[in-house]
Amino acid sequence: MVEGEEIRIGVYVCHCGVNIAAVVDVKKVAEELSKVPNVVVAKDYQFMCSQPGQNIIVEDIKEHKLNRVVVAACSPRMHEPTFQRAVERGGLNPYLFEMANIREHCSWVHEKEKSAATEKAIKIVKAAVAKARLLKPLKVEKVKVIPRALVIGGGIAGIRASLDIANAGFEVHLVETRPSIGGNMARLDKTFPTLDCSQCILTPLMVEASRHPNITLHTYTDVVSIDGSVGNFKVKLLKKPRYVNEAKCTGCGVCVTKCPWTVPSEFDLGLGKRKAIYFEFPQAVPLIPVIDPEHCMYFQKGTCRACEKFCPPKAINFDQKPEEIELEVGAIILATGYGLYDVAKNMPEYGYRKYKDVITGLELERLVSATGPTKGHILRPSDGKEPKKVAIILCVGSRDEKHLRFCCRFGCVAGLKHAYYIVSHIPDAEVYICYRDIRTFGKGYEEFYERIRSYENVKFIRGSPMEILQDADGSLYFDVFDANTNRVVTLRPDLIVLETGIVPHPTFKEVAKVLKCSVGPDGFALELHPKLRPTETSVDGVFLAGAVQGPKDIPDTVAQAGAAASSAIALMSRGYVETIPYVSSINEDLCSGCGICQPLCAFDAISLVKKEDGKQVAKVDISKCKGCGVCVAACPSGAAQQLGFDDEQISAMVRTLTG
Amino acid sequence: MSKPKLAIIPGANCAGCDYSLLDLGEKIIDVLIATEIAYWPTAADLKLEDLEKLPDGSIDIVLFEGAVNNDETEEMAKLARKKAKNLIAFGACACFGGIPGLANVASRDSILQKAYIKSLSTVNQQGIVPYKITKVDGGELTVPELLETVKSLDQVVKVDYYLPGCPPPLKLTADALVAALSGKLPPKGTVFGSMKSVCDDCKRIRENKRITEIKRYHQIVPDAEKCLLEQGIVCMGPATRGGCDAICPTVNIPCRGCMGPTSESRDQGARMLSALSSVIGLEGEAGVSDEDVRKLVLQIKDPLGTFYRYTLPKSIMRRVWGVRE
Repeated sequence: MVEGEEIRIGVYVCHCGVNIAAVVDVKKVAEELSKVPNVVVAKDYQFMCSQPGQNIIVEDIKEHKLNRVVVAACSPRMHEPTFQRAVERGGLNPYLFEMANIREHCSWVHEKEKSAATEKAIKIVKAAVAKARLLKPLKVEKVKVIPRALVIGGGIAGIRASLDIANAGFEVHLVETRPSIGGNMARLDKTFPTLDCSQCILTPLMVEASRHPNITLHTYTDVVSIDGSVGNFKVKLLKKPRYVNEAKCTGCGVCVTKCPWTVPSEFDLGLGKRKAIYFEFPQAVPLIPVIDPEHCMYFQKGTCRACEKFCPPKAINFDQKPEEIELEVGAIILATGYGLYDVAKNMPEYGYRKYKDVITGLELERLVSATGPTKGHILRPSDGKEPKKVAIILCVGSRDEKHLRFCCRFGCVAGLKHAYYIVSHIPDAEVYICYRDIRTFGKGYEEFYERIRSYENVKFIRGSPMEILQDADGSLYFDVFDANTNRVVTLRPDLIVLETGIVPHPTFKEVAKVLKCSVGPDGFALELHPKLRPTETSVDGVFLAGAVQGPKDIPDTVAQAGAAASSAIALMSRGYVETIPYVSSINEDLCSGCGICQPLCAFDAISLVKKEDGKQVAKVDISKCKGCGVCVAACPSGAAQQLGFDDEQISAMVRTLTG
Repeated sequence: MSKPKLAIIPGANCAGCDYSLLDLGEKIIDVLIATEIAYWPTAADLKLEDLEKLPDGSIDIVLFEGAVNNDETEEMAKLARKKAKNLIAFGACACFGGIPGLANVASRDSILQKAYIKSLSTVNQQGIVPYKITKVDGGELTVPELLETVKSLDQVVKVDYYLPGCPPPLKLTADALVAALSGKLPPKGTVFGSMKSVCDDCKRIRENKRITEIKRYHQIVPDAEKCLLEQGIVCMGPATRGGCDAICPTVNIPCRGCMGPTSESRDQGARMLSALSSVIGLEGEAGVSDEDVRKLVLQIKDPLGTFYRYTLPKSIMRRVWGVRE
C-alpha cells in the first residue's frame, strides 16, 4: 500500500449460523457500518470462514480496490489466520486485517438483550474499523534452524529423546553432569509392575546412545550458558576434568583396585563406599573412571599416585584442565529429572539421617541391587542384620500442604514393589505399609497392587505415622492411627523405608535461569499448555522430557521423551521458523535508555546498547521477542510500541468505544 | 520597522518563571533592545489597560506563566490569547497546571474551609471565608473567585507553543525567544525540549532496574554515580521530557518531573506508575505475597504528589467528587 493512499475498508459481518445472527441483527450492523467513513463495502454472510465466505473477501479486494479488511465474527484465536490467508490471497499484506469479536464478546453473553447486543456489536465493529484505518503492513521473516539438538540430562528421558532424534537422522549432543549417563533409573533394582531388571532394560539403551554415530556424549559436563533463540541457540558447556585421558583409558579398572582411599559413594546414596578414583557404577557409560580431587591423596597432599603407577595404558593425567565446549543447536530438550525431597531437613519427625535404619525407597533399591553396597542382600544399615519387620511409609512429604502439595505419582507402586523386595528376599519378614490412599492408576498397576495385597505377611495400615522414636535398647518405634480399624497401632520395625516426595533435580534451577524458561510454583518446568502442549516451554525450541516437567514414572517419562523428540524433529526437519510480526519495536529517536524494559523481558530479547555518541538505547532482538507487550506497557516514555497494537491504534479503538 | 512586541502575562504563578528570565544575565539587555515590552507587570510599569488598548493579535510573543485557577487568571488567559500572535505556555503551571493543579484532589469549598477555618494555625474567630463578594460595613468587597477546577492554559484557550519546566531551563527559553524574534518558530504545537526523556542526558550509570525497596530521599546518601531509581529513590526522569540537561539528578536530586510527559506519552504519572510497578519487587517474585507487595508499594509516600506533581490537571484521570472530602 502506498503512503497517502485513500483508505478503503471492507467490512464483513458473519452470522455464524445462528450463533451470532439469532441475537445480533447482523443486517443492521452491516448497514450501520456502511455509513462509517472509509468503509467502501459492508456485507453480512452466513459463514464467513467457509470457502465461499472467504472468496467474497478475495473478490471484493479486487473489485472494490480494498486495502483494509474487517471481519466481525468469532474470537480471533481460531479464525484470524483463516482470514489473514484470505486477505493475502486477495493480494494484500495479511496484517492489513482486523477481526471484531461479536460472538464471545457479544451474542453469546447477551442472549436476552437483542437490541442492546446489536448496538454493542455495532460499536465493537466500529472500533475495529477505527483500528483498521491505522493498520500498517507487517513482515514475517524466516529464520533457518540448525539441524542439531542439545539434550540436557542423561537419564532415561534424555537417553530416549537422544536416540529418537538421532534415529531420525539429526545430530544430538547429550550432556550429563555425572560421570555416567543412566540417571536415577540406573539406581533401581527392578521396575514396577512387571519387575523387569532395571539395569537390564536400561544398559542396552545407554550403550546404544554411546555408540550411535549421530550422538555425541558429554558426560561429567555442565551447561554454562545458552544464548540465541529457536533454531539458533549458542551453547557453552564446561567439561569437568576426569584426570583420565579418555582416548587412552580402556576401562580395565586397575586404577580403582589400586587406589587406597575410600569415601561414601554418591551413586549408592552414601550406603556404600567408592574409591577416590572411581566408576560411577559398574555398568557406567562411558566406562571411564574419574578422580575426585577432594579425596585424592595426590591432590590433597601431593603423594600416592598409585593409579598413575599401575595404569596399563598410562591414561592418568593429573594436569587435565576443565574444557570449554561451544555448540550451535536448533533445538533443546530439557531432561534434568528429579531429586528427592530433603526429609532430613524438612521433616525431622521421621528421624531420617538421625536413625541409621530409616532409609528412603531409593536407598532400598541400592540395598537390593546385586551391584549395591550389600551385594543384593537386604541388611539394615545399623548392624548389618536382616530385618524381620519392615515398615514402608508412603507420601513422605507428598500431598502435604506444609511440604509438597502434589502427588509424586510413583511412591505408591514403588512402595508395593519395595514390599515385594522384602518378602521375596526374606520370606519370613513382615511388612507394614502405612498409606493415606493407594493410587495405582497406571497400566497393570492395580493388578500389581492386588497381588501384593494378597500376601499374608504384607499388612496395610491406613494412616500416617506419628513421630519415629528410639527406645533405650536402640529399637525404633512409632504410633500410627489406623483409620480402617479406628485404633492406634504401635509398630516396632527393624527397618523403616520412606517413600519420599520428589522435587526437580537441583541442577534444574540453574538451567532454568540460563534458559529463562518458566518455572511453576512447584519448582518444576512449566509446560506451555498442561493438556495440549505438554512438551513445549515458554521458550520456543526448548522441549521437556520426563520429571523435569513434574513427577512421572518410567512409562510416562519415556512417552514424553518421545513426544519431545518428535517436536524437536519436526522443528529441525521443517528447517526454518517464522518470526512473530507483532513484536515490540523501540524507536531509537525516542528511547533514552532508562533501562526499565530490559529486566522485564522474560525472553531476554531486550539489550541496552551504547550508540556511537555514547548514549544508551534499548534494542529488541525480534527473533526472541514473543510480542507479549510487557516492555511496551512499562516504557515510561512511549518509545516502545508493539507492532499491530500501537498506542495510536488502541487509542482509536478506545475513543470509538467510549465516544 | 517597529520592534517585535513581547508580553509576559501572569496567571496563578509564583513568579519563578519571571525570575528565571533574569538568569539570562546581560543577554536580557539584548532581549530588551530587540523587543518592545507590551506588558510585564513584574518588571515594567505598564497597566492592564495599556494591554487592553493594544489591537488584537498585535503582540508577537506572549509568554503566559502560571495555571488558571480563578476568574481573574481565566480572564487574563483569554486576554493573552486575544492579543497574542504567538501564545507560549511558559513554565510547568501554564503547560500542565503545575503545583497549583494539585488542588484538583479536593473541591473548592473544602480548600477554602481548610485554609480559612480548619487548619490548626488559623485564627479566624468570625469564620470569614473570602467568597467573591463579601459584605462588610459600608459596602461590598470583591476578590477573584476560585474556579472549581484548576486548568492548564490550553484547557482554557488555544496555545501555540509550550515551554515546560519549573522554571523553564534557560537554554530552552533562549532558544524559543531567538526563534520567535528571528521569525523561525517551529510548527505550532511544538513543545520546546527534547524528544527523549531526562535519562538521555543523565550521566548516571544504569545497570539493573530491579527495585526491591523504595527509599525516601532523606534516608540514604545516594551513590553519586549510579542511577537514582536503581538505588530505590523515585526519580521521575524516565517518564519526563528531557531538555533540562538532567540538572537535578546531576546534583544528586531525583527528577520531579517538571518538564512533563515525553513526546509520545499522554499521561506522565500513569507512565511512571506503570514503569515502576513493572520493575519493583522482581527479586524472588514467586515467593512474594500480596501483603509483601502492599508493604513495598506503601513505601511510596504521597504517590499523587510524586507522580503528578506538575501534571494532575492534564492527566487522563477524571475527578471523582465526594470521595476524600
